[in-house]
Amino acid sequence: MVALHSARSHLQSSPQAAAEATAKPAGVAVTLDGITHRFGASTAVDNVTLEIKAGELVALLGPSGCGKTTLLRILAGFQAQTLGRVVIGDRVVDSLPPAGRGVGIVFQNYALFPHMTVAQNVAYGLEARGAARDAVRARVEAMLGLVKLDAMRDRFPKQLSGGQQQRVALARALAIQPSILLLDEPFAALDKNLRLDMQIEIKQLQRRFGITTIMVTHDQEEALSMADRIAVLSRGRLEQFGTPEDVYDRPGTLFVNGFVGSANQLRGRVVRASGSVAEVALEAGTVLSAVIPDAALAAGDPAILCVRPENLRLATEAAPQQIAGTVDLALPLGPVVVYEVRTADGGQVKVTEPRVAGAALRTPGTPVRLQPVSPQTCRAFAVPAGA
Amino acid sequence: MTSITAPDLTGPATAARPRIGREWTLALPLAAFFAVFFVTPLLLLVAVSLYADAEMTRFGLDQYIRFFGDTFNLAVLGSTLLLGVKVTALTLLFGYPLAWLYTRSGPRMQSALILVIILPLLTSVVVRTFAWIVILGRDGIVNNLLLSLGLAEAPLRLLYTEGGLVAALVQVQMPLMVLPLITTLSRLDPNLLDASAALGAGPWRGFLKVTLPLSLPGIVAGCLLTYAAAVTAFITQSLVGGGQMLFMPQYIYQQTITLHNWPFAAAISIVFMVSVLGVVMLFNLLGRASKGYVHA
Repeated sequence: MVALHSARSHLQSSPQAAAEATAKPAGVAVTLDGITHRFGASTAVDNVTLEIKAGELVALLGPSGCGKTTLLRILAGFQAQTLGRVVIGDRVVDSLPPAGRGVGIVFQNYALFPHMTVAQNVAYGLEARGAARDAVRARVEAMLGLVKLDAMRDRFPKQLSGGQQQRVALARALAIQPSILLLDEPFAALDKNLRLDMQIEIKQLQRRFGITTIMVTHDQEEALSMADRIAVLSRGRLEQFGTPEDVYDRPGTLFVNGFVGSANQLRGRVVRASGSVAEVALEAGTVLSAVIPDAALAAGDPAILCVRPENLRLATEAAPQQIAGTVDLALPLGPVVVYEVRTADGGQVKVTEPRVAGAALRTPGTPVRLQPVSPQTCRAFAVPAGA
Repeated sequence: MTSITAPDLTGPATAARPRIGREWTLALPLAAFFAVFFVTPLLLLVAVSLYADAEMTRFGLDQYIRFFGDTFNLAVLGSTLLLGVKVTALTLLFGYPLAWLYTRSGPRMQSALILVIILPLLTSVVVRTFAWIVILGRDGIVNNLLLSLGLAEAPLRLLYTEGGLVAALVQVQMPLMVLPLITTLSRLDPNLLDASAALGAGPWRGFLKVTLPLSLPGIVAGCLLTYAAAVTAFITQSLVGGGQMLFMPQYIYQQTITLHNWPFAAAISIVFMVSVLGVVMLFNLLGRASKGYVHA
């Protein structure tokens, strides 16, 4: 109840409310401690632990059904987890209803009250918390100014565009000065151009407020561009939690390597392993050095070596650690050309190369040699069961 | 009295009307049927009500003057309209939680509930009404229970009382209230209540500020159907109400069948119809006012 009281006393100090709407309240840290959630026999979230720092923007990224939305609903208090603890600030909030947790939430479909005007929507939470009328009015004005919707205050939600509706949802969620902001697939319903604008706007607001923000998304670009850290989830389990650079450049698991960005997956067998580095003999007929993130691979183990298309280059001279093949297909994509290369064992490898205006594409059938830009860009993982 | 126009239960008004081609001709058979079997009798009814005497020899407004000149007639009309209000209010009070329970239940519970809700519609009104006679009679279930528990000294008079009639009508008309309510409540986005809760509103505030206003169209439709059905429920009114209370449908029946005063029967039919239409239009206005913002 601490947050509730402080929010209320804050609201009633009315004249300052407008000014403080743009001030920077400190965000709070959030800990999900060993969260498990089961629906009947199926496990939606499996022992997920996340420590989110105050003021951080964290994306929960994963395909549909990975448990990210369930995790968000548990955090908001709409669902009680089967096991584990949720800690917001220094309070364990498991027994608190949504209202007591100090969370602001923006739903995927925005869930604006259709029978209320924009101003009434924004005022809803303030009135529910018993703020004085003047304080409500001042705060609503401040919030609408913040999301640039002053002119729309008396419109109904259905009279607004998708982007405007999202702004109202954001203003409504921020009006109650939550200590955490939760965004559920916030950009899924927006068209592509508007999406980028709103991403920038939300990111700016988040920075300005310093509010701890947790965003659920299935869109890796969205996660990479907006988040300070990304938690990649698959089938209810946390695969990796790290900065966008970590997740993209140093994926910890085969799933992350495949789900975030694109990767060539080459099968082979470990010939030598020492520390975090291994030599993998590929079925394509070459031995490549690779990083082994989980260090669980030993000589003789079958392995999958992942290397991103942009981390391969087409070599002109023969050298060790090259994969020989022939060009199968050339796809010019504007700034880059994607070549589909067929290797000796019949596998296919994608490689991208910057496209120079006027330069001729390599024609299908041309023999080429593929070379990783560095051994650090190759990562070898154990072959998952059933693969 | 089957002259109540069907209320609009479909909810959202179609925003963009497609250009009308020749499809309207498909409605011709029904239109012809209505013209012959509904509009014509209605006009005849109006014509008959304009005869000044029971023998139907001269025209005049005598029947209407007679109706409004006698407080007994006005009392019958008033008690009939009031009966409708009581039944509608109680049906809403009991029906709303039932509809809410339905929308919040799992699929298996929903099938069970919908069966319970629809079941009364699948039995004849006469059967349902006789069941109430068995329940409310001197030697009925309620009285036997009260006597055996020692809660009453002698059998209570339940049958042929207004309380008994209202109870029976509430049960008989319940599906007409619950079904439109279920339709509206099922359409509500569950995220709205989650949003309300996250913003700090308790369950009652969420209900009063979000659920209730957004379910107004269903409430209006349900009340409309229940009201129209309750005031015109000739069978239940006659059997459970007995001869002790007189409502408009029996009054019309008496004048027609027993007293053969067709012009007076026609006149009170018209008065009744217009009164009920007035109430129905009032409901409709409420519904239209609420519909504007409800369906985003």
